[in-house]
Amino acid sequence: MSSLKSDISNYKELLSQYLESRDEAVLYQAEQFSKQTIQQNISPDEIVNEHYQALQELIPNMDETVKDSFQFLIETMISYGLAYQEHQVLREKQIELRSEIGVAANMQETLLKTQIPDYTTIDIGVKSVPAKEMNGDYHHFIRDTQGNLGVAVADVIGKGIPAAFCMSMIKFALESFSDNQIYPEWVLDSLNRVVFRNLEEGMFVTMFYGLYDIYTHQFYYSSAGHEPCFVYRSDSDEFEKIDAKGLLLGVENDVIYEQRQTTITKGDYIVLLTDGVTECRMGDRFLKQQEVLDVIKLYADLPSSDIAENVFKHFERLQDFDLRDDITIIVIKRNE
Amino acid sequence: MNLHIDDHQEGDVTVLKLSGEIDAYTAPQLKEKLLALVEENPTVHVDLARVSYMDSTGLGVFISALKTSKEKEHALKLINLQENVYRLFNITGLNDVIDIENTVRGELS
Repeated sequence: MSSLKSDISNYKELLSQYLESRDEAVLYQAEQFSKQTIQQNISPDEIVNEHYQALQELIPNMDETVKDSFQFLIETMISYGLAYQEHQVLREKQIELRSEIGVAANMQETLLKTQIPDYTTIDIGVKSVPAKEMNGDYHHFIRDTQGNLGVAVADVIGKGIPAAFCMSMIKFALESFSDNQIYPEWVLDSLNRVVFRNLEEGMFVTMFYGLYDIYTHQFYYSSAGHEPCFVYRSDSDEFEKIDAKGLLLGVENDVIYEQRQTTITKGDYIVLLTDGVTECRMGDRFLKQQEVLDVIKLYADLPSSDIAENVFKHFERLQDFDLRDDITIIVIKRNE
Repeated sequence: MNLHIDDHQEGDVTVLKLSGEIDAYTAPQLKEKLLALVEENPTVHVDLARVSYMDSTGLGVFISALKTSKEKEHALKLINLQENVYRLFNITGLNDVIDIENTVRGELS
């Protein structure tokens, strides 16, 4: 406790300076002193005791009643000291927990990492931003043996760490499907059974799954209760809603997922979103889907990854923007 | 914003009237109340006329309630949904598995 000792003599010094001069600058030093003692975990009763010792030296003939009152004050301060110690322990625990959540979030990122396949005919961009540390959105790309692109975007209802585990399950299920079976209706049907059997009650998944035929530029898609997605049509300069009927994953065992298809022509692009995008609040209102599409159009001439990035930044810059839910935006553009 | 939950009996039907917003903060209290009601009463109607906003956490509550009511062979019905709340049931395909009264109301001011 040598540092405490040096502080004690310092305290006495400060106190005597103040009693002589009543100088405000010394009061400021007292404030600095208290910050130092907090850093060194010195409890309030120790400081009162210090004050008492210092006074005894500075005022040798102190009244006995005053002395006794200090004993009384020191006793009173002891429970403050204990509360303070408890506070310190909780703070340390909080730091520990936060770092564990950080580790979990990192693990999630590593586990769920998906490589964006590289094509010359199409250009793919993704932006996914969690509202909290753990992301409840998930997206995944698969390239089949013929080179076609499978793309999934999902939102797990029920957030945080359980959602992250659920997504790992979905990822490994998606990767286990053999290469010639990745038509959307089949993928969602199979995933639904996996999720129904394995997910704890109260957790559900919405997913939009698409298969982009790289040779014919047909886009096949199915939806498991997911927000509608969009295709920008270059000939009409308008967005077309693409949606298919299908229940959320994990609610019932036997579900038929409708599969639809559309032709992507040169200059068209596909926009896949999670509903977090439209659940953002701007002050006291919600963002409308049309506003998101309008912003996407603003950046449409950029490469896909820049479109996704810029759309998110655009909203982030706006005042009163409140990211309530995780956001994922995927853009797939046909180049040639 | 809070969620106000109130239940009363109308003949054979137990009516649960909700008013406010259903989100991650209010869903737990709704879940507790609704699951208990569905467990004990043969016919439960949930009146959502005064629910202006619901997020996906709310869907989770109704799916759990649906499960419980099926197990018990009880009836659960949602009535008086505002348009934006109905939209959520429609998108997720839940309107096919949950009994939802058809009269969809516009947004209350």
